[in-house]
Amino acid sequence: MSWLLSLPLIIPFATAIAAFLVRGHASGRWISLTGSAIALAAAIALLMVVLDDGVIAGQMGGWPAPFGITLVADLLSAVMVLITAITAFAVAIYAFGDIDRRREELGYHALFQTLIAGVTGAFLTGDLFNLYVWFEVMLIASFGMLILGGEKEQIDGGVKYVALNLVSTLLFLSGIGLLYGMTGTLNLADLAQKVETIPNQGLLTAVAMMFMVGFGIKAAVFPLFFWLPASYHTPSFAVSAVFAGLLTKVGVYAMIRMFTMIFDHDIGFTHTILLWIAGFTMVTGVLGAASQGDFRKILSFHIISQIGYMILGLALMTPLALLGAVFYLVHHIIVKANLFLIAGIASRATGSTDLYRIGGLYASSPLLAVLFLIPAFSLAGFPPLSGFWAKYVLVKASLDAEFWFMAFIALAVGLMTIFSMTKIWAEAFWKPHPTNPDPALDQVPHRGALLLPVAGLAVLTMVIGLYPEPFVVFAERAAAQLLDPTAYITAVLGAAP
Amino acid sequence: MEQLLSVLIGALVAGSVFLMLAGHLLRFLFGLILLSNAANLTIFLAGGLTPGAPPLISEGAEGPTGTVANALPQALVLTAIVIGFGLFAFALILAFRAYQTLGTLDTDAMRVAEPEEAQ
Amino acid sequence: MNSIILIAGARLLVVLMLVFSLFMLIRGHNEPGGGFIGGLLAAIGFVVYAIACGTRDARRALRFRPSSIAGTGLGLALLAGVMAAIWGDTLFTGQWLFLGATETDKGWPLSTVLLFDIGVYLVVLGAILSIVFSLEEAV
Repeated sequence: MSWLLSLPLIIPFATAIAAFLVRGHASGRWISLTGSAIALAAAIALLMVVLDDGVIAGQMGGWPAPFGITLVADLLSAVMVLITAITAFAVAIYAFGDIDRRREELGYHALFQTLIAGVTGAFLTGDLFNLYVWFEVMLIASFGMLILGGEKEQIDGGVKYVALNLVSTLLFLSGIGLLYGMTGTLNLADLAQKVETIPNQGLLTAVAMMFMVGFGIKAAVFPLFFWLPASYHTPSFAVSAVFAGLLTKVGVYAMIRMFTMIFDHDIGFTHTILLWIAGFTMVTGVLGAASQGDFRKILSFHIISQIGYMILGLALMTPLALLGAVFYLVHHIIVKANLFLIAGIASRATGSTDLYRIGGLYASSPLLAVLFLIPAFSLAGFPPLSGFWAKYVLVKASLDAEFWFMAFIALAVGLMTIFSMTKIWAEAFWKPHPTNPDPALDQVPHRGALLLPVAGLAVLTMVIGLYPEPFVVFAERAAAQLLDPTAYITAVLGAAP
Repeated sequence: MEQLLSVLIGALVAGSVFLMLAGHLLRFLFGLILLSNAANLTIFLAGGLTPGAPPLISEGAEGPTGTVANALPQALVLTAIVIGFGLFAFALILAFRAYQTLGTLDTDAMRVAEPEEAQ
Repeated sequence: MNSIILIAGARLLVVLMLVFSLFMLIRGHNEPGGGFIGGLLAAIGFVVYAIACGTRDARRALRFRPSSIAGTGLGLALLAGVMAAIWGDTLFTGQWLFLGATETDKGWPLSTVLLFDIGVYLVVLGAILSIVFSLEEAV
C-alpha cells in the first residue's frame, strides 16, 4: 500500500536522475516521456485504490506517525497527483517540439521531472515540514527552468519570481516554527487534533495569517500576485504551461488543506478575509488581463482571476463550495496548461505572441482555432464545457450562503473573461496577419508533437463538460473528506483512542 | 534568554525589511539572509531552549541519560539552513547574471520583462 | 593565485581533508558525523585546491563533472531507499547486513543507511563544487 503512495514520487525522481546523466544526448526526451507515462499509470492506480479503500497513508522508513514522515492520499491528493501526471505527460510530449537542443543540454528534462516530483510530493505529504521541503524542491527546479536559456527577459522575470518566492518560503517556515512551538508536532493529522487544545486560540489565528500570506504569495492571490505576470510570459512555452497549470495550484492546494484541517477554529475571521481576498483576486486579475496585449500576459493575468474562484470556494466553506473549489482546481489545471501550449503553437506559426503583430490563424489553420476555442470558452464558463459546471457550482454556493455580491462578482468576472478571450480570438485568429499574408501551421517543425497534447487536453475538457456527473460526485466526496478530516486522521494515526 | 532571542529576531526582521525595501537587488539578498536567519531562530526558539547535553545515546545504553536538548528543532533548522544556503547561492548567481545582462541592480530599472508601455 | 607556499601547502591539506572527510563519513554510522559533513569537508578540500591551482586543475583532479557526481549521489540515495522493497518494507526503511556475525561479535555491519550516506556525501560534494567552480569561473 505504501509503495503505491511513494511510486508517483520515486518515478519522476528516478527519471530526473536518468535524464540528468544522459543530458546532451538525444535520448533524454524519450526518458522523460517514458517516465511521465509510467508516473501516469502509477497515479491512476493510486486514484483507483483511494476510490475503493478511502484515505490511505504510509509511514516512510517504518517510523510510526506522528514521529516519522507520513505520506497520505485522500481523494483531493490523489486527484491532484493524477492531474499533475496528466499535465506532465502532455508537456513531455510537447517538449519534443518546443525545447531546443541547447536547453536539453542544460538539463531541461531533469529539472522538469524534479519539478513534477516536488509538486507530487507537496500533494502527497502529511507532514508540515515535509511540505516545506517539497515546496523547496519544486522551487529550485522552477528557478532553473525559468531562466533556462538565459535570455534578457527571462533573467529579469526570474529575479522577481525568485525574490518573492523566497520571501514567501521564509514566512511559511516561520509559521511552521511557531506552530511547532505551540503544539509540539508537525504531522498534519496530529496537528488537526492538537490545535483544539491550545489555550490561546488568538495566537493560532495570528499564525494562520502567516500561513495565509506565505501560501498566498505562492498561489498568487491579491495583493501578492505581482510576481506572476512579471515572469510567466518569459520562459519557453512548455515551461510556462507547466508553471501556469501546476505551481500556483500547489499554493491553493496547501491553502485548502491548512484552512480546512488545521485553521478551522475561527472561520468567522479567517474565512471572511479569504472571501475578500477571493473577490479582489478575481476582479484585479481579470482587469489586468483586459489591459494587456500579449497572448501569454493575458493568460497570466487570467490565472490570477481564476485563483480567486478557488479561494472563493474555500472561503465559503460549505460542502457545495468546496466541491466547486475541487472541481475548479481540476478543470483549471487542464484548461490553463492547454491555453499556454496553444500560445506556443500560435507563436511558432505567426512569429510572435504580441497580439498586435500577429493574426490570420483562423484562415490558415482552422484546426488550431477550434482547439483554442474549447479551452478558451471553458475558461470563460460556456456550457457545456468544464468551466461552466465549475463556475455554476461556485455561483450556486455563494447564492446559497447568501453572499449575493460574491455571486455577482463571479458572474461579472466570467463575462470579462469572455472579453479577453474574444480579444485573443479577434487579434490572433480572425484579423489577417499585418505583415505576413499567410502564417502557415504546416511549416511549423514537429507540429505533431505540439498539437497532440493540445488535442488530448481539449478532449479531456470536453469529456468533463459533457459528462460532469462522475466528476461532480467525485468532487463531492473529496469535499466531504475535507470538511470532516476524521478519515484522514484515522488513516494516519490509527483508530481514535 | 527567550526574551533576548525574541528581541534579536525582531531586530533581524526589522533590518531585513529595511534592506529589502532599499530598491537594490544586492541589498534585497542581504535582507533575505537576515530574514532566513530570523526564521531559523524562530524555529529554534519555538522548540524550547533546554540547557542539556547533546541528544546522543552512549555506548551500551538504551536511552539518553539526564536532560538532553530537543533534537527535532535542531534537525529542522539544519535542513532549513541547508536549503536556504542552496537557494541563496542560486539567488546570488542570478543577481550576478542579472547585473551582466541587464547592466543594473537597481530594482526600479529592471523593466525588460514588463516595459512601461504595456502596448 | 600564484603563491608557492599556498600551492605546496594545499597539496598536503587537500589529501588530509579528503582522508578526514572519509573518516567523518564512516564515523557518522553511530557517532556525530555523516555524509553531509564528510561531503562538505571533501568539497572544501577541492575548493582549497581550486584557489591554489585554479579551477581548471581542480576540475582535472576531480576527474568527473561536479554535477554528474551530484546526480550519481542522488541516484545512490534513492536506490538506498528503494532497496527496502526487496525486504517488503516501506520506502527508506533501513536494511542491515552483518557480515561474519557471531554470537559475541556483530561482524561487519553493512546497511542501506550507509549507502544513503554515501549518496548524501556525493550530492553535497558535487553540488557545492559545481556552485563554487561556476562562480569562480564567472567572476
